Amino acid sequence: MQFWIIQGLNSLSLGALLFLLSSGFSLIFGLMRLANLTHGAFFMLGTYFAAIALRSFDWLNIWFAALGAGVAVAVLGGMFERLVLTRLKANPLGQVLVTLGMSFIISDACLMLWGGDSIPVPTPQNLQAPTRLFGFIFPTYRLVLVALATGAAVVLHVLLERTRLGAMIRAGVDDRQMARAIGIPVSNLFTTVFCLGAGIAGAAGVLGGPILSAYPGLDADMLPLALIVVILGGIGSLLGAFVGSFIIGFTYTFGTALFPELAYIILFLPMILVLAFRPQGLFGRVNA
Amino acid sequence: MKWIGAALIASALLLPPFFAGDFYVNLASQILIAGIFSLSLNLLVGFGGMTSLGHASYLGVAAYISALLTARYGFGHGAAAFISVTGTVAMAAFFGVIALRASGLGFLMITLALSQVLWGLAYRMSNVTNGDNGVTGLTRPSPFGISLDRPAAFYWFTLIVAIVAFLMMAIFVSSAFGSSLKGVRDQPRRMAALGFNPWLVRWITFVYAGFWAAISGLLYVYYHKYIHPTSLSTTSSAEALLGVIAGGAGTLGGPAVGAALVLLLKNYVSAYIERWNMLLGLVFLFIVLFMPAGIVPGFSKLIAAVRGERR
Amino acid sequence: MTVSRRQFVSGVAGAGVASLAAQNFVLAQGSEPIRIGLLAAKTGPLASGGIDMDLALTMFLKERNNTLAGRKVELIIADTAGVPATARTKAQELVEKDKVHCLIGPLAAFEALAIADYITEKEVPTLGVAAAEDMTQRHPSPWFVRATSTSAQSAYPLADYATKELKYKKIVTIADDFAYGHEMCAGFQRAFEDGGGKIIQKIFTPLATPDYGGYVAQVKPADAIFLGTAGSNGFRFLRQFIEYGLKDKMAVIGGMTALDESVLRNMGDEALGILTTSWYSAELDNPLNKAFAPAFRKQTKYDPGFYAASTYVSAAVLEAALKATKGNVEDKKALVAAIRASDADTVRGHVKFDELGNVVGNVYIRKVTKKTDGRLVNSVIKTYPDVSQFWTYDKTAFLKNPVYSRDYPPAKNLEP
Repeated sequence: MQFWIIQGLNSLSLGALLFLLSSGFSLIFGLMRLANLTHGAFFMLGTYFAAIALRSFDWLNIWFAALGAGVAVAVLGGMFERLVLTRLKANPLGQVLVTLGMSFIISDACLMLWGGDSIPVPTPQNLQAPTRLFGFIFPTYRLVLVALATGAAVVLHVLLERTRLGAMIRAGVDDRQMARAIGIPVSNLFTTVFCLGAGIAGAAGVLGGPILSAYPGLDADMLPLALIVVILGGIGSLLGAFVGSFIIGFTYTFGTALFPELAYIILFLPMILVLAFRPQGLFGRVNA
Repeated sequence: MKWIGAALIASALLLPPFFAGDFYVNLASQILIAGIFSLSLNLLVGFGGMTSLGHASYLGVAAYISALLTARYGFGHGAAAFISVTGTVAMAAFFGVIALRASGLGFLMITLALSQVLWGLAYRMSNVTNGDNGVTGLTRPSPFGISLDRPAAFYWFTLIVAIVAFLMMAIFVSSAFGSSLKGVRDQPRRMAALGFNPWLVRWITFVYAGFWAAISGLLYVYYHKYIHPTSLSTTSSAEALLGVIAGGAGTLGGPAVGAALVLLLKNYVSAYIERWNMLLGLVFLFIVLFMPAGIVPGFSKLIAAVRGERR
Repeated sequence: MTVSRRQFVSGVAGAGVASLAAQNFVLAQGSEPIRIGLLAAKTGPLASGGIDMDLALTMFLKERNNTLAGRKVELIIADTAGVPATARTKAQELVEKDKVHCLIGPLAAFEALAIADYITEKEVPTLGVAAAEDMTQRHPSPWFVRATSTSAQSAYPLADYATKELKYKKIVTIADDFAYGHEMCAGFQRAFEDGGGKIIQKIFTPLATPDYGGYVAQVKPADAIFLGTAGSNGFRFLRQFIEYGLKDKMAVIGGMTALDESVLRNMGDEALGILTTSWYSAELDNPLNKAFAPAFRKQTKYDPGFYAASTYVSAAVLEAALKATKGNVEDKKALVAAIRASDADTVRGHVKFDELGNVVGNVYIRKVTKKTDGRLVNSVIKTYPDVSQFWTYDKTAFLKNPVYSRDYPPAKNLEP
């Protein structure tokens, strides 16, 4: 019984982490049709930021670090988008090259600046005491992460459904040409969305830090996860990213526990199954 | 001018064993192998419009089959090569059916997933593949009794295979089928309306690309005399993809240039510059900003502009 | 095909040919320096170890004014990026282009395996760091010598300590799912079960595991958990292990890389009391280490661990061998014979080599303690002298068995 509860909670916290990671990616891909392969590196920058900043400044807590990292990475992302990506509108291969190239630059810079060791991100003080549930303990921070992910999902949902910016984004996702035709400044919108996506990735990196720690190669480990969640959930759908994250969280956690032989396959299985029967993903649109 | 160009290329290809030390001849062999591999990937990416992140699967599987058959089961090289290539092509045919259910990013992800599954199996099935230790104790074949152990001999062998590969792929691309492939890449619905079967065209290309990847896999394992799961990894596939795009997808020579670029930076420049990864990223950025279609088309435009021609 | 493509390629080719031709005009020198090649992963996931390997070796040479046995020494460092194909190409570069007289490294087992036949063919004396068992067991090379440890060599003493002194009966092992982890856990299991204990669970985590929470939850109750991990993965697992409160329920013991100094420096008080085993500790009390460790710490602000010590010790062995050959490196056979016959004092203590080229030296049981200046260190609590790769087992019987792997020796006491 205990096994099922603990692994269930683990699945939820993994799912939460995945959602925080992939929501930014989903947003960017949905609107800009750009597979931002730098996304893992943006996430990693957030984690390193948290590791170094929290170690150096004890007045800083993780929430401010998340905000700070979010803003910093958003600015970096914005500059990257304006200076480089805008030139690659009709060049999807060029986008692949440039986003991967940027991720090489960022990851090598992290190696150069902060060395090859894993640097931990401390769990916030007031959340360090574990939670006691049904006779066993579970790290409190992970439960908080689930709440954070749900909160983020709600905020993003409200942003997309209830604000003008959101309406413009949805219009751009549905039909870019028409949106432009009716006067939506699509180019500025792209930059805004890219900043938002990158910023979420940076903040997510901070929030995931206590569980993952900053280490070289974090970007390469995280990027495929974001891709899997977004493909499974469906391109352009935030709900898809949310549901997809938790599906992966559950299948991975229980799968590796119950069938260790399938450890390498289990991550991709849901995605392959969905793609085989529903190529647009669970909640994606057919024209995506 | 054309003849001078051809003569210079021929000399670049023919002279290394006579003038350069063993290290450079070996590097040249590696460039040729990477070139064949990238050219095969380019059939998919540049000419077929299908961006794949799992192409290293075919290189790796062919390498593993040949390695295991010769080292462990005592097969001769000829038989092992035949079985490897056939096996890999069959796998490509099967993977093609799965991957082509999607397109664009979905296709990319399926190819990535399939290659990750194989990578995982290579580690996990260690009683077959020797897992993380890789397969050692391999030998090179001796076609017609000529040993390929010396760098120069191996280079000539690889050069011959590379020339054949290049010609075969060039013929493929410029044939009627090649035109239908480019048509399907650009205008699939129109092609379907004209009576072509886009799925079949793509699938055949996928299998053919897998075939040449398998050939490059054999050369790879003969050269290194060692195979390890990293050769099947996403990093391997990504490097090849980046080489293709950087060199110029959709041109015949571009991918080879791109492959040479990545290989030289990784293996040669890395001796002089510690931050070669960053340099590689910057080079890609530079290429995309100033030569968006790749090095080869970019240079072609540059030279044309310098000569005042109109293209 | 376009004309300009040819022109571009031909331009590059022309320049290339010219420069390649120039190479061959360099003539051989008279009294040349000794050239040592270092194969280290300076980028990629193993970068942390590779950087330390470089730092320590450079420091060793600098301390001696880049002179060994009266001859000048030149060090050429090659970045293998932790990829076997690159390791092989770099080995070729060092041997054929840079004409090194000997090699130190590489670090990873698969890198060592990738170059094994090459160094044998080219007869390059190599002081390896990689722990792969078979490199000095079933597939030894007369040119390969290892001054560090096989994967299991350092684990046997800990298993002995765990049964005899800690009196543990049931242990869970966890390691990364690759050869190093398999071999170390297999060796530990064998010695532990020979001493009367039971390994009730063996967990192997896949190489790219995002979140260790799920694995922590799988750990069965036992007296202790043995960490056969290396680098960042082990550290990340341990952190989660502590967060889930398991450290209060079971002891933590580890292999030679689990709580290496490079991992320890990023940990806090939660690491106190953890016992690990290794052939080195920055706290070792011999005169050579008392000079080395503080000097290293002064330069880098952190303690030397497995990786730094690996090249420092290998260099000391090389120096002893060079003194024996009076600085002659050109006679490769004499050099490798001198290395294998060396009986050197190093920062890890006294080392010799067995007939297969593996080191016979001390292995230390260490405990994490805190020094007065707040640093966490691996204090040595017991020394097992002159441990060989075969432990107390008969060498011929050992070699007849298959190499340690995930399933060998078979784990007979696993709980369902």
